[in-house]
Amino acid sequence: MASRLSLRLVALGYLAAILLVPVGVVLYKTFEPGLGEVRASITTPAAVHAFWLTLEVAAIAVPLNTIFGVVTALVLVRSDVRGKRALEALIDLPFAVSPVVIGLALFLLYGREGWLGPTLADAGIQIIFSVPGIVLATIFVCLPFVVREVAPVLREVGDEAEQAAATLGASAWQAFWRITLPAIRWGVVYGVVLSTARAIGEFGAVSIVSGKISGETETLTLLVEKRFNNFDLAGAYAASALLAAIALATLLAMTLINRRGATP
Amino acid sequence: MRLTHLLPVAVAAAVLGAGCGGASDESGGAAATAASGGGAKTTLSLVAFSTPEVVYDELIPDFQKTAAGRGVGFKTSYGASGEQSRAVEAGLKADVVNFSLAPDVDRLVKDGLVAADWTAGPTKGIATNSVVAFIVRKGNPKHITGWDDLLKPGVKVVTPNPFTSGAAKWNILGAYQHGGIKYVDALIKQHVTVQPKSGRDALQTFTGGEGDVLISYEYEYTTAVRKGQGDVQLVVPDDTLLIENPIAVTKNAPPAAKAFVDYVLSPAGQQHFADWGYRPVDQAVFEKNKSTFATPSKVETIADLGGWSKVNDELFDPQHGSVAKIEEEAGVSTAK
Amino acid sequence: MASATTTTAPLARRRLLGRVGGAGALGFGVSTLWLSVVVLLPLAALVDRSLHDGLAAFWDDVASRQAVAALRFTILISLAVTAINAVMGVLIAWVLVRDDFRGRRAVNAVIDLPFALPTIVAGLTLLALYGSAIAYTKWAVLLALLFVTLPFVVRAVQPVLLALDREMEDAAASLGAGSLAVFRRIVLPNLTGAIVSGAALAFARAVGEFGSVVLISGNRPFDTQVSSVYAYTQVESDNTTGAAAVSVTLLALSLGILVALRVFEGRVGRRDG
Repeated sequence: MASRLSLRLVALGYLAAILLVPVGVVLYKTFEPGLGEVRASITTPAAVHAFWLTLEVAAIAVPLNTIFGVVTALVLVRSDVRGKRALEALIDLPFAVSPVVIGLALFLLYGREGWLGPTLADAGIQIIFSVPGIVLATIFVCLPFVVREVAPVLREVGDEAEQAAATLGASAWQAFWRITLPAIRWGVVYGVVLSTARAIGEFGAVSIVSGKISGETETLTLLVEKRFNNFDLAGAYAASALLAAIALATLLAMTLINRRGATP
Repeated sequence: MRLTHLLPVAVAAAVLGAGCGGASDESGGAAATAASGGGAKTTLSLVAFSTPEVVYDELIPDFQKTAAGRGVGFKTSYGASGEQSRAVEAGLKADVVNFSLAPDVDRLVKDGLVAADWTAGPTKGIATNSVVAFIVRKGNPKHITGWDDLLKPGVKVVTPNPFTSGAAKWNILGAYQHGGIKYVDALIKQHVTVQPKSGRDALQTFTGGEGDVLISYEYEYTTAVRKGQGDVQLVVPDDTLLIENPIAVTKNAPPAAKAFVDYVLSPAGQQHFADWGYRPVDQAVFEKNKSTFATPSKVETIADLGGWSKVNDELFDPQHGSVAKIEEEAGVSTAK
Repeated sequence: MASATTTTAPLARRRLLGRVGGAGALGFGVSTLWLSVVVLLPLAALVDRSLHDGLAAFWDDVASRQAVAALRFTILISLAVTAINAVMGVLIAWVLVRDDFRGRRAVNAVIDLPFALPTIVAGLTLLALYGSAIAYTKWAVLLALLFVTLPFVVRAVQPVLLALDREMEDAAASLGAGSLAVFRRIVLPNLTGAIVSGAALAFARAVGEFGSVVLISGNRPFDTQVSSVYAYTQVESDNTTGAAAVSVTLLALSLGILVALRVFEGRVGRRDG
């Protein structure tokens, strides 16, 4: 139908202008110097370390936030707990905070002169300027994602199936694992995918709390900035392409897992 | 759900290919940043501003070949001077700090992290010098020779915002020493088209095609050219300001830290800086490299202008400073 | 198959877990604890710092002409971006879910890239592409924000569209309703929650964006300077208290708008109790 075609054109046209062309430029500039250069760029010790650090941080932050997200979505949609509204309003808070402010807030809490600073120093625990600080900043920025993806889906599917299961004698865990989770799976999938992309792509807050110690607390995004600042544009784009690859791989993995789960 | 993290890791590992080594990011070799490696007896944490990274990549390995530097491992962190200073204040471990301007070290003195007598040495605590200069398009199409040329009609100037970058204050002070506050007023209100966040951002903006003149540290020209941004040219005005980058050792730093600073100030260390366009504080090294530097007839220093506290109060105080007022007025006139 | 083990959970556990299929008081406790440790505690330290010099100083920091101009510009441009991406987001999600064309999977895959790409790269690329036309103007800020907030509404609407039961639409169509009417009266009400959800995220993100905007906007005070950059100038000028004050204000305003959005969402067709 004509209207279907025109809808498609409008959507794709907008995507092209805002997203596809810029991403295409990044890919083009990445591979412009040739595959050999790209390989060299992403196998330097600094790049390898940054890659694993980025993955490590995401591997901690995303699962934790996913659990939080699903539990919170259940609370927001299906419970009658007082204070639910307050919780809901506060969930979006992390987004309204700019990276400068996140860094500042974490300084004020965990820094040498912060609220918890002296206590941590006495206990010999290093949070800021170390991996835990990066993890905290990352969890902060992707906190709302899974909740916001899962809650609308939960609302949409309703709870009749779980009610039925309960009358048949299913335990809470069984009902959750076998009925709720499969019903919300696309919400969880997109929540995880978005969370991961956001976690690996975070720059501002991590830049401030990591201390940028080369070979220790330098994530891929920080590496991109460093290379860009040192006029290694090709290297900066190569590291960015690596980030894009991780994001795509996550989507691929989640979709595959999802498909397999769908056909018992 | 934890399994999902293995697949992208596998994909990415394939992307990485076999082997984990290869050319280093730093021109000096990976050894510079490897803290471990058999028998390192000390590890020094160097926290510096962003531009001398290229110098330290070469200087550190050379230091490690000397008797004092043998077995010393390094952890390095580079970033905007103000941010790095604040990070050390908030707990970032640092044995040696090298910043763009003295107030960033004084901040640490206030916190008891650096001894108050850090300026007592022979170079008064300064590691390198430079001057405020202009970078223009190759061929100098707008015929820029000095500060007054920046006020010619139609000339577009790029300079970083002094309120987002402490290090950018040097540029404004360069303008200030030439024509006072009236000159700065005219410059900012009529000729500065864009004020990037930092000096390096400003350089990138300029090489990206924006503006006719970039006010910058002289050595940024050398870095730009050595890194392939060859379409530019350096113009050093006849009267300018001396940029002084401080270096200091923190309290509780191991003795190797002092040895490292000594090396930085030694002829060998200073030559590394000279190779990248910095003006050495060591007079002998400066003489040796004289041909690579222009010689303006008048070079003011921050002391001539009254010192940093006076300058920060009068010009750069965000509420009452004259430059702050100019920025505000400039904003009002350009706001639609 | 009915389970042979428990047929009734202990009363205490039921109380803790609340309604069937929900997470009840236990879930609420876990959520709140997590939220507090990760988000509220640091922000409390921030609020505390903003009041360091007293309420009068707080007001001075916040009511300065430049701060107010930055705040107004930030809120207005973020609202504009949210509105645009809300509409386009629904459209794109529709096309990705209900349509089929070659390359659809590929297009679906790249939707998340604005998140994964560090903001510096986003800013650079946009500058390289659209630079001469709009660089250092309000349009540049708009473009950068459209880029970083694009995925929100799309990804919020997609799962709901996927889970949507098509029976009502088919029924309406068989009764003679045109496709636009079907969309407006049957599909859209089911999507409203997701749209508002995604729009809230997009708005909040736009308000806080720093990396790409700072590169592409020129940061002209009173013109293209956003609040996050203004807060940055305060930090750089060693006015941490001022930076905290401006940030807290921005936070409060955003929170207000988000709460308003949620109330709106509550009024428009929510299915649960």
